[in-house]
Amino acid sequence: MEASTHIGFIIAAYAAAIAIVGGLTAWVMLDYRVQLRSLADLDRKGVARRAAPTTKQAKEDA
Amino acid sequence: MALIDLANPTRFLNFANRALPWLGGLTVLVFAFAINQAMVAPDDYQQGATVKIMFLHVPGAWLGMVGWGLMTVAALGTLVWRHPLADVTAKAVAPIGAAFTLLCLITGSLWGRPMWGTYWVWDARLTSVLVLLLLYLGVIALWRTVEDPSRAARAAAILTLVGAIDLPIIKFSVDWWNTLHQPASVFRFGGPTIHPAILIPLSLMALAFTLLFVTLALAAMRNEILRRRVRTLRLMQASATS
Repeated sequence: MEASTHIGFIIAAYAAAIAIVGGLTAWVMLDYRVQLRSLADLDRKGVARRAAPTTKQAKEDA
Repeated sequence: MALIDLANPTRFLNFANRALPWLGGLTVLVFAFAINQAMVAPDDYQQGATVKIMFLHVPGAWLGMVGWGLMTVAALGTLVWRHPLADVTAKAVAPIGAAFTLLCLITGSLWGRPMWGTYWVWDARLTSVLVLLLLYLGVIALWRTVEDPSRAARAAAILTLVGAIDLPIIKFSVDWWNTLHQPASVFRFGGPTIHPAILIPLSLMALAFTLLFVTLALAAMRNEILRRRVRTLRLMQASATS
C-alpha cells in the first residue's frame, strides 16, 4: 500500500492532534495566569485568607 | 511527603508547583523520542503508512477511558469519603479526558476512511466512545451550570458513576457485538498481537501522552484550587462591603 495514497489522512490526524493538545495546553496555562492575576488583584485590595499563600509566594513557588 | 499530606490543598499546591516543571520537561523529552520512533516505524503489511495514525488514536482512546476511570474514583471520593481534593480532581480531569476522547474519535475517523471506506459507522465501539464524549460534555456543562461548587460536585459525581457503565461497554463492545472495529490487540489474554516494530513506538507514544495527561491534570487541579480561593476571597470581599 503506497504511503502517498493516504498521506493526507496521516497529516490531518497529526494536525488534529497538535491542535487539540496545543489548545488544551494553552487553555490550562492561560487559566493559571488568570487565577494568579485575580489573586493579585484581591491582594492589592487587601482581601486575604488566613492560611492562603500570597500571590508573590505562589509565583515564587512556580 | 506522605500521600495523605496531599489531601491538604495548600500542600498539594506546593507539591504541584515543584513537580510541574519536571513533569513538563520529562513529557517534552519522551514525546521527542516517541515521535521519532513513530516516524521511523515500518508500515503495516495490510494498512500501510496509515498505521502511524494508530500512534495517536490508541493513546487517545486509552486516556479518554482513564480520565473517566479517574473521575469515577474521584466521584466516590466526593460522595463517600468527602475527600477535599476529590471534586477538584473530577472537575480538572473532565476537559482533559474530553479532549483525548475527541482526539480518539477524530483520528479514528481519519483512519477509518482509507481502511474501511467510511469516516463513521454507528457500530457498538464507535457509538460507545461517542457516548463517552457526550458524557464528558454533560459533566462539564453541569459544573458550569450549578454555581455552588459542592452541589455541582455531588451532581457531577452521580452522573460520573452512572456514566462509568460505558467503560466496560467500550472495552468489550468488539467482543459482544459485530463491529467494523478490530478486536483488542494490546491488552488481551495471550499477549499483544502487534509486531514489536510497531508495539514499541506505540508504547512510547502511550507513555508520552500519559505523561502529558498527568502534567495537564496536575496543572488543571492547581488552577481549580486557585479558582476556589479567588471565589472565597470575592465572597469575603462582598460580605465585608455589604
